[in-house]
Order: sequence, then structure tokens, then C-alpha cells
Amino acid sequence: MFIYTVRRLIQTIPVMIGVTLVVFLMMHLIPGDPAQIIAGESANEQQVEQTRERLGLNDPLPVQYGTFVGNAVTGDLGNSIRSGRAVTDEIGARFWVTVELAFYSTLLSIFIGLIAGIVSATRRNSPLDMIIMITALFGLSMPNFWLGLMLIQYFALNIEWLPVSGWGTPQSIILPVITLGTAGAAIIARMTRSSMLEVIHQDYIRTARAKGVKERYVVYKHALRNALIPVVTVVGLQFGVLLGGAVLTETVFAINGLGRLVVEAIGQRDFPIVQGAVLILALMFVFVNFIVDISYRFLNKRIDLD
Amino acid sequence: MDNLKDNDTKTIIKVDDLQTSFFTHKGEVKAVDGVHFDVPAGKTLGIVGESGSGKSITALSIMRLIEAPGRVKGGSITFNGEDLLAKSEAEMRRIRGNKISMIFQEPMTSLNPVYTIGDQIAESYQIHQGLSKKQALEKALGMLELVGIPSPKARLKAYPHELSGGMRQRAMIAIALACNPELLIADEPTTALDVTIQAQILGLVNDLQKDLGMSMLLITHDLGVVAETCDYVAVMYAGKIVEYADVNTLFANPKHPYTVGLLKSLPRHDIDQEELEVIRGMVPRPDDLPNGCRFAPRCPFAREMCVERLPDLEDQGDGNQVRCWIHTDQWDGPEVNVRDDYGYSESTQS
Ligand SMILES: Nc1ncnc2c1ncn2[C@@H]1O[C@H](COP(=O)(O)OP(=O)(O)OP(=O)(O)O)[C@@H](O)[C@H]1O
Ligand code: SF4
Ligand SMILES: [Mg+2]
Repeated sequence: MFIYTVRRLIQTIPVMIGVTLVVFLMMHLIPGDPAQIIAGESANEQQVEQTRERLGLNDPLPVQYGTFVGNAVTGDLGNSIRSGRAVTDEIGARFWVTVELAFYSTLLSIFIGLIAGIVSATRRNSPLDMIIMITALFGLSMPNFWLGLMLIQYFALNIEWLPVSGWGTPQSIILPVITLGTAGAAIIARMTRSSMLEVIHQDYIRTARAKGVKERYVVYKHALRNALIPVVTVVGLQFGVLLGGAVLTETVFAINGLGRLVVEAIGQRDFPIVQGAVLILALMFVFVNFIVDISYRFLNKRIDLD
Repeated sequence: MDNLKDNDTKTIIKVDDLQTSFFTHKGEVKAVDGVHFDVPAGKTLGIVGESGSGKSITALSIMRLIEAPGRVKGGSITFNGEDLLAKSEAEMRRIRGNKISMIFQEPMTSLNPVYTIGDQIAESYQIHQGLSKKQALEKALGMLELVGIPSPKARLKAYPHELSGGMRQRAMIAIALACNPELLIADEPTTALDVTIQAQILGLVNDLQKDLGMSMLLITHDLGVVAETCDYVAVMYAGKIVEYADVNTLFANPKHPYTVGLLKSLPRHDIDQEELEVIRGMVPRPDDLPNGCRFAPRCPFAREMCVERLPDLEDQGDGNQVRCWIHTDQWDGPEVNVRDDYGYSESTQS
């Protein structure tokens, strides 16, 4: 397991190089002169020239890439064009808000999704199973922002139990987390159900029953652990998607997360911010995938990669 | 002494008119249809028959492990004088893996891939004897030694995928025998294994059965295995028993055309065979059974009466029970000697 972890960690290196390369090249691939873009549209010839000099844009590309990675490693992603503050400072606080939002939403979807999926599978074709699966279908097809607006309308405006917007207090996070976590819960419920139904017909489940194992343990000990193997992948993917895709929810609830920051930055052509945010998100994605692989391996003893 | 004698002739399990059906959208599938047999204590009964004849369903009915849409529809199963079909699910759980154990055909898929061999054996002790995990693992180690798994200490911590098919089947046997069951049901325990491994596993099961004084129900489609292992044989065809006899009688004097056909299809070492003979035709589908004798479509002796009426399983007075019109007073055809006329006896003369 340890060897596998180390090997898997080493495997992320080429991916990270690829990610930084793409992010680095973004600057050179978008139409226009990078120096002009970074100096801002209103900058004059001389300012642009100064910027070019300061950023080393006259150096050959490989050198520039080296500088870019070197700076990034030491936490220097340049400065925001609008505010002039360091990109890492601008992103920092907002990044954690988004991670928190995605994390709680994923937790919620795991919790609801697993329970619903197991109940559905063990009571297959019962009215309860049908209700759960129809609800899941709704949860899956409901647009995020619309669900958010409905929740605000009812819980915040009609019965005034929860705040309309913001982030930080326990009450304020409830609605955004439900909004963002619902689709994931639906996906996990469906996945858990089908995975459980497949596992429950395996020979080793019959062996467990023939041993005299109680049905409850047959389900939770012998079947669930096997059924979870494919679900883990979905959970990881879900978390990654939420990280990058929380923009609408952040907008609806006026949460100052990374998603909103990126949207604003694009609108304001604040290129270093966009670049920094994309880099952070991509690295986070790589990290989540790493965690998923490790837990997958932990659950599935049959993978022998050591 | 009297007691011993009593035990000798005691019946460990008695199956009477067992009927198990699957209720599918296409209608009722009678997988097991009126099966009778009993297993004397300490003895081995073999159930033989081609694929689909209802052997596994019979075994799973005894374990009460038939899954929907299947159901034991009728009959009785008496284990040590108690009616298993009347037991609650909780009572059955105390019997499964404890008094009656089962091993399955597929060692590759019958062990849980995410738990160690040790954990899976230990579970039996934890369930039935209330042992702690530690005590249970110690006993599991003993079982691994008993079933002849090399370096048992290391194997205790191994996962199923790390073991070969033969070793997995030994582990399965260890799980089944952990709590010293009175009856072991082995459903084609060697079918999925290499020939040499088959012999080893069969030898192991045989030895353990004798050492532990278990009774055994051995399911197989291989009469060779029966000859080596069993005391009694029930030949099953399309959900019914067609012949029942002690093993010597069956091989010396088979009476049912299907039994003779099966014996003919055995590979033989004493004569040169161009090719193995097989019974022509196929087992009828249980959702489309003939009304009369179920073997009639494939039987070389079949007459109109066979197609129209189902014969009963009748005692032949010499230890055989046979379900065939030929062996009744009502047979309206010419005199037949099933073995000679099927061409079995010539090739068996030694
Ligand atoms: N779940 C099911 N639904 C419908 N029919 C079933 C089901 N399970 C078994 N059957 C029927 O029961 C019949 C007997 O099955 P069984 O598994 O007992 O055969 P078998 O004698 O053990 O054969 P094999 O040698 O292939 O293991 C099969 O022909 C099948 O049609
Ligand atoms: S009853 Fe008739 S068809 Fe059936 S086995 Fe006997 S002879 Fe053949
Ligand atoms: Mg079978």
C-alpha cells in the first residue's frame, strides 16, 4: 500500500508538468500580445515595453516556463491587473470557500446517496425504491441555480428560517450545500443501487448466507464494501466537478468563492487571476484523483499494482 | 453398543416429495419436482445428472437459500428429526454453516474478494460459537492446516485473488467444515478445477468426511466421482429422481435407460474407445416438460405409454428404485434388457 501510494504520487508529476505547461501556454495562445494584456488595455507603448521586460517575455519560451514554474512553486503567480495585489492573495481566501462548499456538498451527496441507494437496492421494485429512483431522476435533471432559487424563495423568504445569501455561519451554508449536493446525491444513489444489485447476486454473497451470516451483515459487510468500489470513483469525480462548477451556486447565493472570482476576472480581463485560478483548480483535480485512486486501491484488494 | 448401532442406521436428512419452482413471467418453472431421498448418518449420497436437472436447486432448497422468484412449494425436509421447512429464518441461520454446510462449484468467485481468507473462516466461529476475533482466527489457522494449505500462517492474511483455484477450494472447505457440521453439501466441488487438483480435493473431502464422521450430499455430473466417493446414488433427470440405489448395485446393475446412458458416456480405461458416447438430445427445459416420462424424447425404448403417462419411482426389491415403465408389470412392449439392448454390458464385461 505504501509503495503503491508513493508510485501513484510519482505518477502525478508528469500530469502536473502538463497542467502547468497548458496554463503557461494559455497566455501565449490567446490572441494578442501577452505584455499588452497584462499591462492592461489602456497601457501605452512604454508601459507595455516595461511589462514585457519585467515579466521576462523577451526570454525564450522554455526559460519563461522555467521562471513561471519556479515562481509558482514559491507561491508567486503574478499580480492582479485590477487590484495589483498578488494573485495568490486574491485567490487564497476564495479558494477555501469553494473547497468548503464542494466538500460539504460532496459529504451531503455521499450521505444521502449511499443511504438512498442501499435502501433502494435492498427493497428492489418496492414502492419505496420507485419513490427514491424518481426523486433521484428529479434531482439529477433539476438545474442547480433553479433549485437554489426555489430554496431561497421558500426557506429564506417565505418561512425565513435561513439567510438568503452569504457564507460562513452554519445557517448560511445549508442552502448552498443542498443546492450543490443534490445532483451528486442522485448520481451516487443510482450508482450505489445498481452496484449493490450486481454484487448481491455474486457467488460470495451466497457463500456468506450459507455460512449463516445475518442478512443485515450480508448487506453491510459482504455486499456494501464490494459495491462501494465503483462508487468511490463517482464521488471523486463529483468533488472535482463541484470545485470547478460551483459558479452558478456561488452567484445565486452571493458567495465569494473561486468560481465567482474567475467569472469576474474574465469580465475584467484580469488575466493573471484567471491563470492562477485555473492552475489551482487543475492541481486540486489532480490531487482529488490521487486520493480517489488510493481509496479505490484500499477498497479493492484485487488490484495488485505494487 | 446399542446406541452405536442406532447411530449407524440413523437418517441424518430425509427429503420427501420436495418441490421447488421458479415463478417467472413466462410461468412456473418446476426445477425440482417431487424429489425423495435420505442420507444415512456418516454416509455419502451422490446426486448425479446432467446440467439443468435440478441438483443445485435441490441443495439450495435444503439450505433454504432459494431466492425469488423461486420458492419451495411443497414436500418436507427432515434434518435430525426436525422439519427444516418449518424453521424460522433465524433458526435456519443457526443451522447454516454450523450443522449443515455447503461448498460450491466456483472457487474463483465463491470467496469474498475484499476480506482475507482468515477473516472469512473466522467469521463462522464468531457467528456460531461466539468467539472473539482473535480466538476465531486461531481456530481458522487450525482449519487451514487441516485442509492442507501450505504456510497457513501467511495464508490467513491472504486475499482470495492471491490463491490458486485449488487453494481457494481448500479455503472454502475450511469455511464449510469450521464448525464441524453434521451434513456437508458439496455442489460439484471439483468441476471447475484441473484434473490433478480435482483428485486432491476429492481425496481431501473424503478423508475429512471419514475423520469428522460427517454425512455428505455430493452433487456431480461425473459418475466416476460417484464411484470413488459415494455410498448411495440418486440419478436425477429434469427435476425428478429416476433411479436410486447403493453405489455397487447401481454400477453392477443399472436399470434406468438414462442411468445406462450416463454410464456409457463415462470414459473407460479398460477398452479402446473411438469416441465417448453421449446420450443424444438435450435435457428438456423445465418450463417445457413432457407430460409422460421426461426421458421419453431421448429414450431408445420409449413407447406410446411412456409419452402419455409418467411412471412412479418403484422399489425393485433389490435395493434399486427405478422410475421406468420397463420395470413395471404394465410395460406393454417387447421384453428388454436395458443394459444389453443399450449396448452397455458388452463393453463392461471384464
Ligand atoms: N433463478 C431462476 N429462474 C428460473 N429458473 C431457474 C432459476 N434457477 C434455476 N432455474 C431452473 O432450474 C433448473 C435446475 O437448475 P439447477 O441449477 O438445479 O441445475 P443443476 O442440475 O445444478 O445443473 P448444473 O449441473 O448446470 O449445475 C434449471 O434448468 C433452470 O431452468
Ligand atoms: S419410461 Fe419409457 S421413456 Fe421413460 S425411461 Fe422407461 S422406457 Fe424410456
Ligand atoms: Mg448446479
